[in-house]
Amino acid sequence: MDLNDNNREKIEADLLIEAVKRYYGYDFSNYSKAHIKRRMSVFLSKHRYESISEMQHYVLHNPNIFEDFLNNFSINVTEMFRDPGFYKDFRESVIPILKTYPYLKIWIAGCATGEEVYSFAIMLQEEGLLARSTIYATDFNSKALQKAGKAIYNIDTIKSYTSNYQKSGGKSSFSDYYMANYNSVIINKSLKENVVFAEHNLVTDGVFTEANLIVCRNVLIYFDRDLQDKVLALFNNSLIQGGYLALGTKETIQFSEINSKFSTISKENKIYKKTSI
Amino acid sequence: MYRAIVIGASAGGLYAIRDLLVPLPSDFRIPIIIVQHLSPTSENYMVEFLNKNTSLNIKEVDEKEPIKPNMVYIAPPNYHVLIEEDETFTLSADEKVNYSRPSIDVLFYSAADIYRKDLIGVVLTGANDDGARGLFTIRKNGGLGIVQTPSSAEAPQMPSAAILEANPEYIIEISEIAKLLIEMNKRSD
Repeated sequence: MDLNDNNREKIEADLLIEAVKRYYGYDFSNYSKAHIKRRMSVFLSKHRYESISEMQHYVLHNPNIFEDFLNNFSINVTEMFRDPGFYKDFRESVIPILKTYPYLKIWIAGCATGEEVYSFAIMLQEEGLLARSTIYATDFNSKALQKAGKAIYNIDTIKSYTSNYQKSGGKSSFSDYYMANYNSVIINKSLKENVVFAEHNLVTDGVFTEANLIVCRNVLIYFDRDLQDKVLALFNNSLIQGGYLALGTKETIQFSEINSKFSTISKENKIYKKTSI
Repeated sequence: MYRAIVIGASAGGLYAIRDLLVPLPSDFRIPIIIVQHLSPTSENYMVEFLNKNTSLNIKEVDEKEPIKPNMVYIAPPNYHVLIEEDETFTLSADEKVNYSRPSIDVLFYSAADIYRKDLIGVVLTGANDDGARGLFTIRKNGGLGIVQTPSSAEAPQMPSAAILEANPEYIIEISEIAKLLIEMNKRSD
């Protein structure tokens, strides 16, 4: 028998994941183990718990603590026009094709606090596509969705967002898209008009819509391979033929079952097109 | 027997890493994983630079990639690198640690957790204190700690912080670190 701290921690972590699944219905069992470990250790030091077992008590008995736990597990670190090269590439290689559709349904899955949603809204507006688009922005974290809907961001972030925007092939001045107010900026209301925010959990919920485009960047990296496959199959079933899928720059469909149904539009920026059913 | 070497560097790191890797033979077996602080938007020119200047196989870490011998892996800009129990990589875009992503501490904690005593941690030049707590964790789990002599580093703050926090077994210059790694690699055969 191996009675070391490491082993005990692993057991505690597994038990907590099981408890959260059974009690609250959020299933993290197919998340990357290394990622879970890291998030648990961040949460542990934040709340100064002695052990994961102690943490489990509070997570199960105090809904406010659970909300914080959930928040800590859903990665809400994002920025506007993150990876400007991706947006530039998207404008050049996908937008011209999207222009041929009379109406567009776009699903941004795992939208967190909405920065990516508004980046897309700005790009679509500049390309004359926003008025005929509906953007479905989903996340499992309702608190993050609320923040996304408010569209209020810290003014400190604007400098780097502006630089990202310029590098992304933006056609206007970034300051046209927000109003500054003390320490925050609010994104123009017009960019929100065609956005629908909704709770959707990629792990447990099913097909969402028949989309022309699905954007899901830096979400799959936190899943194990089985869950990645499952979610990619869900995306495949939620895309029309000829629809596009955009993943994070370090994510790929290459090793998944849907690979044969897609062609690669950009290897570097992980943009794929569904070519067969 | 050591199963992995993790290396952290910041300001001045590119040339320090090159100087450390140049003496290593092409059949150097123990996998090496490197975090070098980079600007988040930079292209990872390090891979090309090190492939050109050393006899080792250098590549950027890919998501879910298995960690193999005879390989040197570089953390991609703007992602943390974690290691799974089955010795594959996981990347994370979560919050910066020590104002850095990739963070040396994040890699070191995760590697220390998986490799325990079979891990060598190396802290090189840098102008912050990322890596210090990570190296402490590596040593706490029985791994070996090596730090570049601060006076020989382009930026001494990071090695100094690691020495203070982790009390490493070796505080030596780059050329000595290379010799030591070659020796450890031979012993691990």
